[in-house]
Amino acid sequence: MHTRIETDGQVMTVYLDGELDHHNAPAAREKIDEFAVGFHPAHTILDFGGVTFMDSSGIGLVMGRYKLLVQFSCTLEIRNLSAHAYKVMRLAGLDRIAALSRADKKEAEKHETHQ
Amino acid sequence: MRPINEMRLQIESRSVNEAYARVAVAAFAAALDPTLEEVNDIKTAVSEAVTNCIVHAYPNEVGKIYIQVRLFERGRMEIRIRDRGCGIADVKKAREPLFTTRGGDRSGLGFSVMESFCDKVRVRSAVGKGTTVTLVKLLHGREASLEP
Repeated sequence: MHTRIETDGQVMTVYLDGELDHHNAPAAREKIDEFAVGFHPAHTILDFGGVTFMDSSGIGLVMGRYKLLVQFSCTLEIRNLSAHAYKVMRLAGLDRIAALSRADKKEAEKHETHQ
Repeated sequence: MRPINEMRLQIESRSVNEAYARVAVAAFAAALDPTLEEVNDIKTAVSEAVTNCIVHAYPNEVGKIYIQVRLFERGRMEIRIRDRGCGIADVKKAREPLFTTRGGDRSGLGFSVMESFCDKVRVRSAVGKGTTVTLVKLLHGREASLEP
């Protein structure tokens, strides 16, 4: 799993790539938290466009980041979710703590060819 | 009812094996021609069960995880994931959404995810002896729907 962070003003965008499970989540978490604590973003976007698999570790990653970011009054947005990742996040009610949006159709097809 | 095909897999409870376990089970199910959504459901449920073995059953040691997959007529799939770890004292409580014995980023939703992505989830556990989770998934993929 690869994690890349970009900033624009007070907005932090995190691009996640690969399979998000219990094995891979800690590295992503540490990278995001370390950066966020130094940067204090006003808004954070987690971009799941490159995520090819996700289980409940993805839920844990989002809930944990929310708990940290809310301390800086930072808002959270999750973008480019595959149909499957969206289903997992809705199951956990994450739409109550973050704005969730799915990948557009072209992106969704890319997900399918990755499988 | 006799299975039409069966496989067994034994892995060590190392987190690096989570990906291997879910991919191996999904690949074996390919004979039933599942849809992409069904493949994702299987991979996710297996990932949850195997993660539970690693995190909870063998918290301070590396133990063995035994996976058995049986395929039946009409797209019925049974996945049994067994460990010889510490066992669960209160299975009912463990299955409750958001319940977790661990802090950090554990969501406590592992069993909820298994339940929503499978047709049936059975848990048998004995403290000090281990846990067996059985996942039943009915695949309605192309080939399954052509069965008489």
